[in-house]
Amino acid sequence: MRTRWSRLALAGLAVMLAATLIAGPAWAGKKDDTLNIALEKELENVDRYFNTAREGIVFARHVYDNLLYRDPVTYEYKGLLAESYKWVDDTTMELVLRKGVKFHNGASFSADDVVYMLNWVSNPDNKVLQQRYVNWIKECVKLDDYKVRILLKEPFPAALEFLSGANPIYPKDYYAKVGPKGFGMKPIGTGPYKCVELEAGKKYVLVKNEDYFAGSPKGKPSIGKIVWRTMPEMNTKLAELMTGSLDWIWLVPPDQAEKLAKMPNISVIAAETMRIGFLMMDAADRTGKEQGMKNPFKDIRVRQAINHAINRAAISRNLVGGQSRVICSTCFPTQFGCTQDVVKYDYNPEKAKKLLAEAGYPDGFEFDFYGYRDRPYAEAMVGDLQAVGIRAKLNIMQYSALRERIRAGKVQLVFYTWGSYSINDVSASAGYFFEGESEDMARDPQVIEWLRKGDTSIDPALRKDVYGKALKRIAEQAYWAPLFTYVSNNCFSKDLDFTPYPDAVPRFFMAKWK
Amino acid sequence: MLAYTLKRLGLALLVALTVSVVSFMLIRMSGDPAIALAGENASAQEIEFVRRHYGLDRPLAVQYLDWAGRAIKGDFGESSYFKQPVRAIIGHRIGVTMTLGICALGFAVILSIPMGILAAIRPNTWLDRLALTVSVMGQAMPSFWFGLIMIIALGVWLRWLPISGSDSWRHFVMPTIALGYYATPAFMRLTRAGMLEVLASDYIRTARAKGLRWGKVLFKHALRNAVIPVVSLAAVQFGFMLGGSVIIESVFALHGIGFLAWESIARNDLPVVQAIVLMLSLIYVVLTLVSDLLNAILDPRLRVK
Repeated sequence: MRTRWSRLALAGLAVMLAATLIAGPAWAGKKDDTLNIALEKELENVDRYFNTAREGIVFARHVYDNLLYRDPVTYEYKGLLAESYKWVDDTTMELVLRKGVKFHNGASFSADDVVYMLNWVSNPDNKVLQQRYVNWIKECVKLDDYKVRILLKEPFPAALEFLSGANPIYPKDYYAKVGPKGFGMKPIGTGPYKCVELEAGKKYVLVKNEDYFAGSPKGKPSIGKIVWRTMPEMNTKLAELMTGSLDWIWLVPPDQAEKLAKMPNISVIAAETMRIGFLMMDAADRTGKEQGMKNPFKDIRVRQAINHAINRAAISRNLVGGQSRVICSTCFPTQFGCTQDVVKYDYNPEKAKKLLAEAGYPDGFEFDFYGYRDRPYAEAMVGDLQAVGIRAKLNIMQYSALRERIRAGKVQLVFYTWGSYSINDVSASAGYFFEGESEDMARDPQVIEWLRKGDTSIDPALRKDVYGKALKRIAEQAYWAPLFTYVSNNCFSKDLDFTPYPDAVPRFFMAKWK
Repeated sequence: MLAYTLKRLGLALLVALTVSVVSFMLIRMSGDPAIALAGENASAQEIEFVRRHYGLDRPLAVQYLDWAGRAIKGDFGESSYFKQPVRAIIGHRIGVTMTLGICALGFAVILSIPMGILAAIRPNTWLDRLALTVSVMGQAMPSFWFGLIMIIALGVWLRWLPISGSDSWRHFVMPTIALGYYATPAFMRLTRAGMLEVLASDYIRTARAKGLRWGKVLFKHALRNAVIPVVSLAAVQFGFMLGGSVIIESVFALHGIGFLAWESIARNDLPVVQAIVLMLSLIYVVLTLVSDLLNAILDPRLRVK
């Protein structure tokens, strides 16, 4: 009996020892030229036309190419699959395509692929998920094997933005054969990385495209292999990064990023993103007119008071941190047409109190303060409002539910954020919120007219002028209280040479090992 | 035995039917499936189109019969998010959840039954207290927290085990412990109580008086009777583990059914949610049935009742 027990114990010990010895080899990285990354969401399909998450943009930039490329630093549009482009008139663009480009399956790229893809995706019957990416295209016609014309339905200045950001070109014959579902299981593009392994929603393995064309503004990729996993839980990702099983993660909360920054093997960059934070107020008085609520925010003085009451610099510096900065205008500073030359409201609680008294609220008032994320920022603002006598009751809701509430005109003030879909144009920020659509809480006809004029002209000077007028009026009327820009904490291995950009699309094809 | 089996089977079928009706209705009540299917920025017109196209404008009873009729044949429709058959998606992911559930149940049983026996043969001693402490800790700690503690200790500090994924058996060690440990107190206490009761009974005294070896009395005579309620509990706990692996799966980045259910709820992917709810409840019903029958085999008295 005794021997049997001791034998068992010995076996157990051996198993534990073996486990210890086997453990360890998982840490990859620089040594085997494999970049291990983790992102949050399961993609429904890696076909860019049939997904909506940011992960879809990141995947597309690596595996596919667009006709144009937007330089992440200068925001200049350069040729990618197209060598050059020119506007023939307001609604016709002509593109000369690059010769000698090959798809990952060996097929040659030519005008046929471009014509097929753009006509296919812009046909509403094919049910591309984001119709606004494609519904501006009337038709794409072939001039010769390496020259095409894109005909627009109406003048659409964001065409360049979409051609560089949203509309990748796939191989015609292959896509026609397999369709979006088959393509989603085995994607093929011309991009700097080939997808060699795909477990839907879970894991993608990308390897360097050795034959990537030399003239690409994306540059030749350097890192040999990228293993991309879907991991929703931040703590798990942090642990994997600390042990070296992951080389790159992002969207790390500031407190955790701070701790990571102290570790010897990890770099942290709190990079500014295009996401902006702001307060929207019910200037159109929908809560008053439609819901019969008492609405102080219809008074411009109250809206100005809110602008003076919030200490945005303190929140930006102390809570958001990193490269975050204060904004005065209702757009991201680099966006085309975004001017900061508007009325500015300094942090001045005394002035806020005075304005409130003038508006008939010497003792302030009480209202529901809505939000859907970043509770600490919202709480700081509630505190600032309290200091000038306004009693804000904080309601943090789910995004979709809150959006429904706003659309129904039941919200008086909301702390909102917006990433402009990474589009570097005012039409994607102020244009989205002030053109009389369902989330427009100001509904100012004059602003709507200016913005729409800007959206449908391809004359840059005219666009700048009308957008400037609209933004100035928005600030004068204090329809919003613009707050600050957001940052994304990119945390990665010290071995990795990586640069994040404000459009929040990580570019691993530009990354290198140190 | 046959009558008993048939009676249990009939009951199980009734429960399954009720569950399917209730889950169908609850999911319909949680939101408008047409809005969910049409997607975020759909216009009222598109929503109406989807409603007609998918037959969501028909009476609920008709919709239920239609859905149930197809579900019996194993056709759960298409995921509104992945645009793939629900059956294929679930089939792809059930392996991870089953592996985790079986391992966790095995871990819980292997840990708790010996502890229960030890605690019963030395009641109210330090050994009993120790066994109780160890097992109660499992229930007191939230499993996600315990999972994270293990990740820090075994993954980050000692680097013995991989932290996330499902590539090898080593990836399942921490999730198994995290999920299984939670179930140990129930098993341990039930074994202990059962053993205490049995050990005090007359036939054990008789067995010992006959001069049988203590080990034989303990394992052959006492344990067999003490373990009967543990079998029922194991079936229930297994159902729990399949459904309750949501958090563990997301902590350890295992792409199983629990994680799929969680994500599908957030994505309003009703066909997937509905199929998972039905499947898990059916597994639960089947397990309960199996445990009833097993108990009847182990304890003939149950068959007569």
